[in-house]
Order: sequence, then structure tokens, then C-alpha cells
Amino acid sequence: MLTILTLAPALGGVLLLSLPGGWVERKARCLALGVTLVNLGFVLSAWMHFDGNSGTFRLVEKHEWIKLLAVDYHLGVDGLGMLMVLLAALLLPLAVLASKPVTERPRLYYALMLFLESGLIGTFTALNFFHWFLFWELSLIPAFFLIRFWGGPARTEAALQFFIYTMVGSAGLLVAFLGLFLATGTFDFGRLAELARGGTLGLEVARMVDGVAASKWVPWLIFAGAFLGFAVKVPLMPFHAWLPGTYSEASPPVTMLLTGAMSKMGVYGFLRVLLPIFPEQMRLLQPWLVSLAVITIVCSAGAAFAQRDLRRTFAYSSINHLGYCLLGVFVLAGSGPESARSAVVAGVLLQMFNHGLTAALLFWFLALLERRADGRHGLNDFGGIRQVVPVFAGLMGVAIFSSLGLPGLNGFIGEFLIFKGVFALHPWAAVISTLGLLITAVFLLTVIQRVFSGPLSTTHAGMPDLTIVERVQLAPVVGLLFLLGIYPQVLLGPLGGFIRLVGAGHS
Amino acid sequence: MSVIDNLWWIPVLPLVAAGVTAVLPRSSRRWSAGLAIGSMVGALLGSLLAFGVAADFAQAHPGVVQVRNFSWFQVGETWVRLGWLLDPLTAVMLVMVSFVGLLIFIYSVGYMAHDANFTRFFCFLSLFAAAMLGLLIANSLLLLFICWELVGLTSYLLIGFWFQKPSAAAAAKKAFITTRVGDIAFLLGIVWLYSEAGTVLFYDRGAGCLETGVLADLLSSVNGFGISAATSIALLVFLGAVGKSGQFPLHVWLPDAMEGPTPVSALIHAATMVAAGVFLVARTYPLMAAVPTVPDHAPPAITTTAETHASIVSETHGEAARGAVSTALKVVTWTGVLTALMAAGIAVAQTDIKRILAYSTVSQLGFMMLGLGTGGVGVGMFHLITHAFFKALLFMGAGSVIHGCHEVQDIRYMGGLRRSMPVTFATYAVGMMALAGVPVFFSGFWSKDAIFHAAHGWGPSAMPFYLGLAAALLTAFYMTRQVCYVFFGEGRNPVPGDGHHAVQAPHESPGVMTVPLSILAACAVLLGVLGTPAWPWFQSFVGGTSLTLDWAELRSTESLRIMGWSALVVILGIGVGWRLYARISSDPKAPDALCRVRPDIYSLLENKFYVDEIYAATVVRGHAGWARLCAWAETWLWAGAVQAAAYATVGLSWCNRVFDEYLVNFSFDRLCGGLGNGGGWASRWQNGRVQFYLRFIGVGVVLLALMMIWGCRA
Repeated sequence: MLTILTLAPALGGVLLLSLPGGWVERKARCLALGVTLVNLGFVLSAWMHFDGNSGTFRLVEKHEWIKLLAVDYHLGVDGLGMLMVLLAALLLPLAVLASKPVTERPRLYYALMLFLESGLIGTFTALNFFHWFLFWELSLIPAFFLIRFWGGPARTEAALQFFIYTMVGSAGLLVAFLGLFLATGTFDFGRLAELARGGTLGLEVARMVDGVAASKWVPWLIFAGAFLGFAVKVPLMPFHAWLPGTYSEASPPVTMLLTGAMSKMGVYGFLRVLLPIFPEQMRLLQPWLVSLAVITIVCSAGAAFAQRDLRRTFAYSSINHLGYCLLGVFVLAGSGPESARSAVVAGVLLQMFNHGLTAALLFWFLALLERRADGRHGLNDFGGIRQVVPVFAGLMGVAIFSSLGLPGLNGFIGEFLIFKGVFALHPWAAVISTLGLLITAVFLLTVIQRVFSGPLSTTHAGMPDLTIVERVQLAPVVGLLFLLGIYPQVLLGPLGGFIRLVGAGHS
Repeated sequence: MSVIDNLWWIPVLPLVAAGVTAVLPRSSRRWSAGLAIGSMVGALLGSLLAFGVAADFAQAHPGVVQVRNFSWFQVGETWVRLGWLLDPLTAVMLVMVSFVGLLIFIYSVGYMAHDANFTRFFCFLSLFAAAMLGLLIANSLLLLFICWELVGLTSYLLIGFWFQKPSAAAAAKKAFITTRVGDIAFLLGIVWLYSEAGTVLFYDRGAGCLETGVLADLLSSVNGFGISAATSIALLVFLGAVGKSGQFPLHVWLPDAMEGPTPVSALIHAATMVAAGVFLVARTYPLMAAVPTVPDHAPPAITTTAETHASIVSETHGEAARGAVSTALKVVTWTGVLTALMAAGIAVAQTDIKRILAYSTVSQLGFMMLGLGTGGVGVGMFHLITHAFFKALLFMGAGSVIHGCHEVQDIRYMGGLRRSMPVTFATYAVGMMALAGVPVFFSGFWSKDAIFHAAHGWGPSAMPFYLGLAAALLTAFYMTRQVCYVFFGEGRNPVPGDGHHAVQAPHESPGVMTVPLSILAACAVLLGVLGTPAWPWFQSFVGGTSLTLDWAELRSTESLRIMGWSALVVILGIGVGWRLYARISSDPKAPDALCRVRPDIYSLLENKFYVDEIYAATVVRGHAGWARLCAWAETWLWAGAVQAAAYATVGLSWCNRVFDEYLVNFSFDRLCGGLGNGGGWASRWQNGRVQFYLRFIGVGVVLLALMMIWGCRA
């Protein structure tokens, strides 16, 4: 099942590229949409049937693969994996829908998107480092090309920066896992986590370089490599410098995927790899990591306020929102009462999903806005356009307030739960982080004020409002924001087992 | 089918109206107004029903709250639960909000008749009503907070309703952000309470956070600064109330909020939403008032400062309360009285008819806090209810004046309107006298009297009583000034400035506006009957004490002395005001009478004690500076780090390659290397050859799958 989910989009992509003729070129968007929607249908049915109560892995596929290296082809999803697969499968059709203006080599563009989906789903389902890493990289490459060919004026630099940055992170990961493999002879996440729980992983790693006198630094080096990979991907400050440029140069539909789904690969990595396999290092570094997360939250909010470009504002806003996830993850590295830890886990999971949805939606709106304004996206390029595009302003307003964490919309509950849990475990981190909530409100309302309110600027007096088709496309997503805000149990129900397990300290 | 089981219908009705109106086309004006008003009628009927049930229930089981809790979502082992409740406090507020709301909805039909966005206006109003009614019945601090944020949202939307006006857009933002400062403290209070008590339900069969068991735990948990968790949480929650109810130092948004349409000012920024802060303090009163009665190390027991009627606060009760006033209540009292005095002072020197009323609202909210802090729930809430009626009346009267004067808001350009707008004048005069607290016949006198009684008997300090009297003096004074400017004297130029517009005579408003005015005026007089010292029905109902008709109470020296004081300051205020302003110059540009007497004080008041300027110089600047610092760090600090990282990258990449080659020698990972490095090479080579590479990747994936299948067979 999972194999099919993973490979179907890639097969679709290959098909798209190899079918001949201009017909495919014209209908590429429809075909891609079809493939992603079918995949979404499968993922949804998997989600419906997913029994997350026990917290164990479901839909497991395990086959012996490369005997020599003891590599198994091992797939499976627990609550976390299922949630991320759902998010990726959900965002892809949205990004395809948002990509209407692509006229240049559409076949390639949509094929790349489908490859990206394969990469994402593969990453979220793999339980063995070997093919996990393949998919991790596989998602990076299409993203690179999507930025490189369909981006803004400075796309070459942005794409290169993005690529090199994430590649450095990947290199760190590769080194780290090779080290672990040499020490333990396994690439399996579950097996490594078991060793770590038993406390023997450190010993194994230390024994690996027994010849070297002081081997204490080896586990730390390995940890650093893995940490770097994920910290860049999320990103955690100060590893974020690639992000604003990339997000603002990539075309908004691509950014939808970058911020909506790919940034979650980083948080996913923290939860799936760093917490279970390196609990000792995470625990020892916890005060520093928590401080970094707080800095990420507060500084990115401040930087967002200082931006004069809507893409960059929302880019920094993304860093800010993921900062709450990281704060939660780092707080989990310590011990604490079950109720507080559960709240943090649930909050982080909700925040991951909701940020993915909301940020993607915001960039979608940005795409629609830019299309109507000849590509302009400066904060001060607009003014009073609510007069001419009331429906657009209303719906984007919903997305902005969701990003701001308004109760009743999806953003609130995740943040509330994170704050609730973090306050019990690290009160000061929670208190300082609330500054982020405040500054977020300031800059998001400033966006509304500058773009939608005030006297109508003459340049945009003829701007058309959303068409019926666009409204129909956006309505379900906006509806989802409400649904998840009012009835979060839809998501939390199947995650129960995972939350209990991690909440009890079994990360 | 009991009422309590179906209480949720009360907020849901307007919510449905809002939802339906949101998707209606702009042209369906009748539908939107009809739905909104219909839903409010439904809510009012439901509220009256609930009121009856609550009254019966309170008689049968005094002090017991009816609740219905439900599970919302699951976090690990526990469910987050919410619920709704019905007690006298909620019942009274429900009736007030739905009744005043209904009148204002009707009034809006006339006031907004010419607005292009009529439909949207009623959508927002209904949403507001839903959130406000939800806030009242919430049995969970979290649910209350959710509704609290939603009323904040609707306030934001309605202040900025005329979004084309930059001032309105700015005022809306300011309102949202200023209240959000308080809200964030409130949120921290909630998470603190949640993590300390494990619940945010108010009442839950003895396990709720306002019930004695949990309160005792909160009191006994003392932090490093010697402050109990109960006090800390109470103060944080109170900060939320400070933001919402425009108390000092977060009052700055409320006067600016007058940028919204006048019905909004009447409903949201006078009668209901701003009173939500007062309601919050009343709702969490057991937490606010909780004090450990500790002789040394005995297990702490709870004394909740008696929520009795202040007029019957005897000397013995004063004794009992003395020394047992919680820190939180002291803060509430002082904040309230200082706000009351400061805002009343500012109102003296304003010239915009709505801004005067806005500062008056701030000041009266301060009075309510004073009443809560010194006298308990009954006293504070009585003033809240009477104020809601006469302040809504005043705002709607002001709206009628503005409407009649063709959108003029500056009182210096009005004058003599008593002749052209007789109904408005009569009702406005009633409102003014109720607000000023003219003795015996007006509700404001009795509710303020109750506050003075309570403040007089307050243990910790006598100062709030005298400061409160001073604020009452100023109240009478500024209202007299305003009425003189607007309704008396000769008509001054009705169009300010250059007079380009044709001078149109002011006219009386249509019946759809004046009828609600008259109803409210009747209420502004009659409501006082419910809370006199002789028959304190309101206080005993809300406070849950027994009720007797006792005329002697009215004649006791204590009562008479305080009523005397109160009457004296009112007469003094009106007298001085009348003397200064009865004969104002007919030139609108002439300096204010007070300005001629004391220009220095007048200027200080006119500039609102420069609070806005101080904030602009400190908070706003600090925030902008912080943002600039972050942006600077982005370009310079992290860029430096990137440079360093670039060198590190080279090093790391090199290591990576060494490792890769090392592994390749182990015949491992050809594919991985191929894919990973393929991307790297492609980044240098990409032009034109991508298609080929991608096909390669796709084929690679398929090969991988085949390999896997083959591997499994083998």
C-alpha cells in the first residue's frame, strides 16, 4: 500500500515526461491534478482506516533487500508518519491548482511536482535510513529545479543557495548514519532507537573507534551531523539564511510545497530520528536548544515585521511558526509529567499540519494576488484593494487570522497546546515566546492594513475579484481551516497512540 | 428538554445568522437584517426563559450553578473538556446583551440604511452577538477565551468597517493589538491554571477551578517570590480584563475605536464587549478573592470575600473583610479607581461627541472594577447593567445627533439642537442624568451609590472612596458641558471648516432610531428600582443572598450620609458645568471656558495625559527598533555566519566525498551517490539537459522498485 502511494506519483511523472505530443503539454496540469487527487484519495482512505490507538507502526512492509549491508526495505506509518503523508498528499493538488500561470515547459514542471510528492511520501514512510535518505534527496532535486527554472529574477542564486545549504545538511546526515551503521551494523530507525533506549548505542559508537584514545566526542560528532541536517531543513536559527531568499524567489506554488511540506521533513526528522536515537545528547543540550528555539520565534517575528515584501514577510512568518514546533520538540527532550508532555506532542503535531495548510494557503493567495497585479508583491504596492476584491480579501483574511492563531480557526489549538505543555516544563521559554504571538499579530494586521485597507490605489482599480472556479477551489481548503479549528479531534483521534507513547517518554 | 440542556442555542442562533449572511450576496439587505434581528429575538426569548429558570433554581438551590460539560478533543490520556453554565450572573447578562443587542440591531437598520456594505455589517454584528453570548455561558476559561478572542475579532472588523478611511484601519489595528497585549497575559494565566490545576472548567462537581478544592491547591502552591499561584493567575487573568475593558494602562484603544459606525460604538464599545472584562472578573471572582486564612502553618482554608450587597456591609462585616482582601482584588480596586478618575479628567477636555462618551465609558468601567474590588460581584455587576442601558442610550443619541447634523461630530459646531431634535434631546438628557448620577430618579445614582457604599467600607484604604467621589464630580461636569454644547445655546455653524457644503438644518431622526432610544431611556430610569438599599433585589440575586424589603436601611445614617455625599458632588458638578457652559460663545473657534480658567490643565487633559505619545516614544519605537535589529542581524550577522558556513561547507563536502568514496569501495550505495551527486552535478550543468536527468531519476525509482521486488523473491 505505502509503496504504491509512494511510487504512483513518480510513475505519473515518468508517464508525463515520456508521453509524446503537444496534447500532453497542454493537459499536463489536468493530468498532474488527476494523479495527485487519486493519490490523495488513497491516502484519505488509508487515514480513515488507520488505527492509531496502539501507537505502533501500521501498513508495515518489510522485505530483505541488500543482504550484504543488512538493509531491509522497511515501510510503515505511525500517527506521525500518517499525518505527514496526509499533509503531503493534501498539499500537492493545491500546489498544482495554484500553478495556473505555468506556460513554460508545463510538462516538466508538473512532472517535477509529482517527483517531489514521491520524495515526500517516501521520506515520511521509510523506516530504514537507506531508502529514507534516497527519498530525502529525491525530494530535494525536483525542488531545486522548480526554483531554478520557474523562479523570480534572482532564482539562480536562490536555487543554488537552497541546494548547497540543504546538501550540507544531507551530508551531515549521511556521515552520521554511516557512522551509526559502522558501529551497529544497522540502518533501521527502530533498531537504533531500541539500542539508544537500552543505553548501548553510545557504547557501540564509542567502541567503533576504540583505537582512538578519547572516543567521547564521536557520538557528539555523529549527533552534530544529524542535527545539522534537520536544523537546516526546518530551519532553526541560525541555520535559516537560505530560507527567505529561496521562498521569495521561488514561484508561490513552489513555495507552498517548500514551506507546507518540505519544512515538515525537518521537524519529522527531529521527532523520528533525533529524539529517539540521540536522547542523551538532546537532553544534555536541552537548555541551549530551547534558547535557540525561543530566539527563532522572537527574532523571526521581528524580522517579518521589518520586511517590505509580502513573500519575505510570510517566509519569516513560517520560520516563526515552525519555531513553536521546535520549541515543543526540544522541551520533549527532557522529562516531565505525562500530561504536559502529551500536550506538547499533540500541539507539535497539530502545529505541523496546520502550519502546512495555512502557510500553503497564504502563498496560494499570494499567487492569486500577484497574477492580478502584474507580479507585484511589495507590502506598499497595494492599498484599499478590498474595495474591488471583497471576496478575495475576505478569504485571505481568514487565512491570515488562522496564521495569527485566532481561536475557531486551525492555528489556535496547536499553539495553545504547545504553550500549555511548555509552560509546565519551561515556564520562561513559554513566557518569552508569547512575544512572538504578539509581534505576529502586529505584522499580519499591518499586511491587512497596507494591502486591503485605506484609499484604493489607482493602479489596482480594475483588479478582478476571484472567479467562480477559484472560489470553488479555495472553498474546501478554507472550510478545512474552520473544521480543524472547531473539531480538532478529526486529526487528534488517530494520533492518540503516538501522543500517548511519546507523552509517556517513549520517543 | 430542559432549558440548561439547550442553552447553547442562544449563541448558536446568531452564529447561524452570521454564517448564512456571510454567503448571501451583497444585495440581499432585507434578508441579512431580517435574519440578524430574527436571531436576536430568538436569543432574547431564550435568555428570558433561561432567566426564569435561573431565578427558580437559585431560589430552590442557592449558590448552586447548573452546568453541562462535554469533551472536545483528546490529548494523550485526557480529554480537553468545555461546557456551559447557567447561574444568576449569566442569566442577567444574557438578558441584557440580547435585549440591548436587539434594540441596537433595529436602530442600525436606520443608521446604516445608506451604506453599501449593509449586508456585511449585519453579518459582523451577528457574529459579535454569537461570540458575546457564548462568552457569557462559557463554563471553561478556555471556551471563554475563545469567545473573548472572537469578540475581539468582530470589534476589529467593525471598527475598521469603513476600511477606506486610513484612520479607521489604523484604529482597528490599534484596538486589536492593544487588547492582544492583555490577551497574551490572559493566555499565560490560562496555561498556568491548566498546568497547575489540571482543569480550566469553572464548575465540575467539585473539581472545577473556581471550587474550593482546586482553589486551596492553588493557594498553597507558592512560588519563589512568595506569591501564590492563585494570585499570579488572578493577576494575569485580570490583565486580560484590563485590555478588554480599557483600563489604564491599556485604555488607549477605546477612544480610537470610535472610528467605527455609531451602533457599533453603542453595542460593542459601550454596552457589552468592553464590559466583558468586568464580567470576567465577576466570573472568576472566587479566584480573584481567594485568600488563605492562615494562622501559621495550618492547612489553608478559603474565605471568599462575601459577595454581599454593599449597602448592608455592616461594621462587623467590614471587620471580617479587613485583612482578608486578596492582592488581586486590591489591584482590581486601585486600577479601577485610577482609571475612573483619569478618564473622567480627559473627558472634560475633549470636543468629539463620541470621544467624550468613550472616555466616559473607560471611566465608568473603572467604577465597575472599583465596585467589584470593594463590594463584590453584585455591586460591580449592577453598575455594569445600568451603565449598559444608559450608555447605549447616550451613544445612540449621539448617533442620532450625528445623523441629524450630517456627520458632524465636533460638539463646538453643534448647539441649540433641543429645538430641532426634541426626542433625541429628551432621551439624551435622561441618559446624561443617569450617567451623572442625579439622585433618586435615575438608575445611575443607585448603582453608583452601591459602589460608594462598598468603597466607604473597604478595609485596606479609604482613598478609593474619595477618588471615586472626585471622578463622579468630573462625570457630572463633563456631561453637563457636553449637553450644553450640543443642545443649548444658539445653533453654531453646523458644517465645520470652510462651509463649502450647503448649510442644512439639523433634523430629527426616523422612528426606527428614536423608538429604541425611548425604550432605553425608560430602562435608564426604571432599572434603579432593582438595586436600592431598601430592596437590593439585583445584588441579592446575583450574589445569591436572601432578600428583604427594609425601608429602615434607606434611612440609616450610614446610607444617608453616603447618598448625601454622592448627591452633593453631582449637584456641584452640574452646577459648575452649567455656570461655565450655559452661555457659550456662538463662535465655534472660541477657546473652551475651562481653557480660559486653567490653560495648563486643560492642555494636559486635552492631550490625554500624553499617554499615546509616551507609548509612541517607547513601545512602538522599541518594537520598530527590535524589528530593525532583527532585519540587521538577518543581513549582516547571519550573512557572516553564512560566509563561515560556506568555508565549513567546503570542508564538510570534502569529508562527505571521502566518506562516499570509502563506501563506494564497499560497493555500497551507487544509486544513492548517483542520485545525490547527480543533483549536485546537474546544478552546474543544468542547461537543457534536465529532462534527461529527470527521466533518469524517475527510471531510477522504478528500477529501485524492481530491484526491491527482485530482492524479495531471491
